[in-house]
Amino acid sequence: MTTQSTYELPFKVDNAWCPGCGNFGILNTVKKTLAEIDIPQQNVVFSSGIGQAAKLPQYVHANYFNGLHGRALPVATAIKASNPELLVIAEGGDGDMYGEGGNHFLHTIRRNVDIVHLVHNNMIYGLTKGQASPTSQRGMVTPLQINGVSLEPANPLAVALSYGAGFIARVFSGDTKEMQEIISEAVKYKGYALIDIFPPCVSFNKINTYKWFKENTYYVSDDYDNTSFEQALGKAFEKEKLPMGILYKNPDQKKSFTEHLVAYKNNSKALYERTVNTKKLQELVDTI
Amino acid sequence: MKKDITIVLSGEAGQGIKTVEKLFIHSLQEEKLHFFSTSEVMSRVRGGNNTTEIRIGSPVIQSFKESIDVLIVLGKNGTERVQHRLHKDSRIIGEEKNIPESIATSFSTTYVPFKDIANEAGNPVLTNTVILGYVLGMLGLQQKIGKKQLQKTFKEKEEKIITQNIEALKKGYEIGKDAVIKIDLPRTKSTPDKIILNGTQAIGLGAIAGGCNFMAAYPMSPGTGVLEFLAHQAETFGIVVEQAEDEIAAINMVLGSWYAGGRAMTTTSGGGFALMEEGISLSGMTEVPSVTHIGMRPGPATGLPTRTEQGDLMLAVFAGHGEFPKIVLAPGSLDECIHISQKAFDLAATYGVPVIILSDQFLLDSYSLTEKPDFSDTSYKKHITKTTKKFETYKITENGISPRGVPGHGNGFVCVDSDEHDETGRITEDADVRTAMMEKRLKKNKLITQHVIEPTIIGDSNFSTLIISWGSTYGVIAEALENKKIKGLAYAHFSQVFPLPNITKKLTEQAKRIVVIENNASGQFAKLIQMELGIKIHENILQYNGFPFSIEHITSVIDSELSRISKK
Ligand SMILES: Cc1ncc(C[n+]2csc(CCOP(=O)(O)OP(=O)(O)O)c2C)c(N)n1
Ligand code: SF4
Repeated sequence: MTTQSTYELPFKVDNAWCPGCGNFGILNTVKKTLAEIDIPQQNVVFSSGIGQAAKLPQYVHANYFNGLHGRALPVATAIKASNPELLVIAEGGDGDMYGEGGNHFLHTIRRNVDIVHLVHNNMIYGLTKGQASPTSQRGMVTPLQINGVSLEPANPLAVALSYGAGFIARVFSGDTKEMQEIISEAVKYKGYALIDIFPPCVSFNKINTYKWFKENTYYVSDDYDNTSFEQALGKAFEKEKLPMGILYKNPDQKKSFTEHLVAYKNNSKALYERTVNTKKLQELVDTI
Repeated sequence: MKKDITIVLSGEAGQGIKTVEKLFIHSLQEEKLHFFSTSEVMSRVRGGNNTTEIRIGSPVIQSFKESIDVLIVLGKNGTERVQHRLHKDSRIIGEEKNIPESIATSFSTTYVPFKDIANEAGNPVLTNTVILGYVLGMLGLQQKIGKKQLQKTFKEKEEKIITQNIEALKKGYEIGKDAVIKIDLPRTKSTPDKIILNGTQAIGLGAIAGGCNFMAAYPMSPGTGVLEFLAHQAETFGIVVEQAEDEIAAINMVLGSWYAGGRAMTTTSGGGFALMEEGISLSGMTEVPSVTHIGMRPGPATGLPTRTEQGDLMLAVFAGHGEFPKIVLAPGSLDECIHISQKAFDLAATYGVPVIILSDQFLLDSYSLTEKPDFSDTSYKKHITKTTKKFETYKITENGISPRGVPGHGNGFVCVDSDEHDETGRITEDADVRTAMMEKRLKKNKLITQHVIEPTIIGDSNFSTLIISWGSTYGVIAEALENKKIKGLAYAHFSQVFPLPNITKKLTEQAKRIVVIENNASGQFAKLIQMELGIKIHENILQYNGFPFSIEHITSVIDSELSRISKK
């Protein structure tokens, strides 16, 4: 087992987040949780997009592919499919994952790729300085939506459920214990696992503040049955107060994306360990 | 006696022209005959008019011919679009109801009730087999060879289907024999060393030989074939094949796979590639390799979805924002499709750059015979190092190439970044680091140009006139030059179009007159050469009607260049 300090960077980097940003809570808990999971550190890979949230992997001592805005999920999918041994964590903001990358969000769920999907849902665009995100509340005034947001906020949890996601959770960025438990469960889950996280953006979101999240969220009770799809769907549509915790965990685990791939039917090696079978290639040439 | 023949099958979509084509060309191979078969189809699933042209003759034949010797009409609209291609000795064959009287009376026409004959043999669906029999008989080829093809094709079907097909073949053959054409087709000696392929299969084979083990793409004609080809080989060769939700996902999957140690490829056409451009730029910035195949079709926008053009050269060469090295390849023959597709993986892995393969509908969908590739000692360098604790993804090296690590292989961490980054892969805005990293990436250009794929040069080394082309126009130009005294003229075919091979400068400096032949409207390769070398191009031969250049067109271009030379 590794110790916590191993996920701490051995060198200094300049952190780009504002003091007090909810992202810090996520970063610390992610590092802490990983340190307690029994997996070689070299096998941990982050795939992130662009945004304040998407910078998280820069601050963790692990592998990462910090790619394009919105595109973390296809990258994560391919990493997992190319080496199923790796623990792949796709990570980014609500704009990144539910906006620019919305189509990938839908289809990654359908593929049931065995990854952990962390979304920092701060209900605003942080990096580009305060425009509305897909989850911004109606009426929120921003430097761009000067008369207030008029669009219906997206409901990522309901979308994920309806596209067949088997693991859905929500948590507040400051709740270390709960987040740790949820991430550990998501890592264990053999399939796509969505964790929608609320990190307040202290610089731009003056509505969904630390106080607002405290007052407008609650954790589902111990006797909540998170194996029930209907109950989970009900929770996803609750608006008065936003439910948190593991809201759905499908007990009938479907095969994951990599388990379906015929590339692994006769060969369990990761792609980088393979070479082309020249004998079979010559046979193909002879019979084409 | 005539030594070659051009046969065109003309019918509606869904009538099974492709089946006749397949059975027929395999029969030709058995007969040791050389052929070239090219199709043009309308963008619809039923109806309309599709044609397949099969040319039989010497091994030089590798292009589309305008002039039709035998037109076999399969459906109602079978003559209208091709009648201008008939000549005084052309023959038309088909059901009476499908051939308008005005046409029937102007040409030598034979009415053959294909469908009734098929019914006699037991089933109207046997029409295609009757036609196959007819054509074999008409060309004086052996019936038993057609029989063998049918047995092979239907080997998994019930006995009755096979006997009915053989009966249909026989009936067609008998009537065809009565209309035999006097012709002396040259036999090749060594067909066992040749195989039938189209460009799609050739690119697919090359990819597997190059170690391709990951393919993600979104269907778009004419690029889809390579995706389907690899899907069929996925289990045998252990290839991850996925239909992505869009082209943006496809290119990002390709990058994710290479990052994790895969050898990945995507395939598309111009429209899909336009969506991938940000990903190509990401490949340049992260130095994560990528291989992208673009099967070109005429644009802009949806354009002519099922037809051919070379209109996306500039798109490929200038793909992606920012400045970074990339390689653009353009095979011109089946043999080049195989070897260039194979090589693309090696180049991508060696330099950590995006590699783009440009083909087009004509090249991808045309069938011909090609030298059987020998893959028995195929191997490749993976260019992967086992990382140590001190591993740095973007280590600055003399030649700009940093050793490539993959996550999970070694003790180090592989950290790639689309932001400007330092050697550890961390975001930076330090101006000195930025400059150093730009120089590191761009430095790879020097190595790339030292190891280019050289152009193929045909003709007189003492040339004063130089014909230049790239990609799929190779076949038609090479055919037009064959058996010609080409004093004073040379032809350079480029299968690497970017970066330009260094020899281009020497070639163009020697030439007093430069003619560039391209299947597009604005002379894109000519412009690229002008831009890179500052030389003058004297003439552009262009075509952008959705069809490939015909042998007649290119022959006349070459004849006029040759007479221009001899007049001097
Ligand atoms: C293709 C593209 N479009 C736009 C941008 C600009 N951009 C960067 S991050 C971002 C949104 C950031 O919001 P979010 O993903 O919610 O992350 P946050 O910064 O709030 O953590 C945008 C629009 C970009 N980098 N790339
Ligand atoms: S802008 Fe908002 S989200 Fe970004 S670091 Fe600052 S507080 Fe956090």
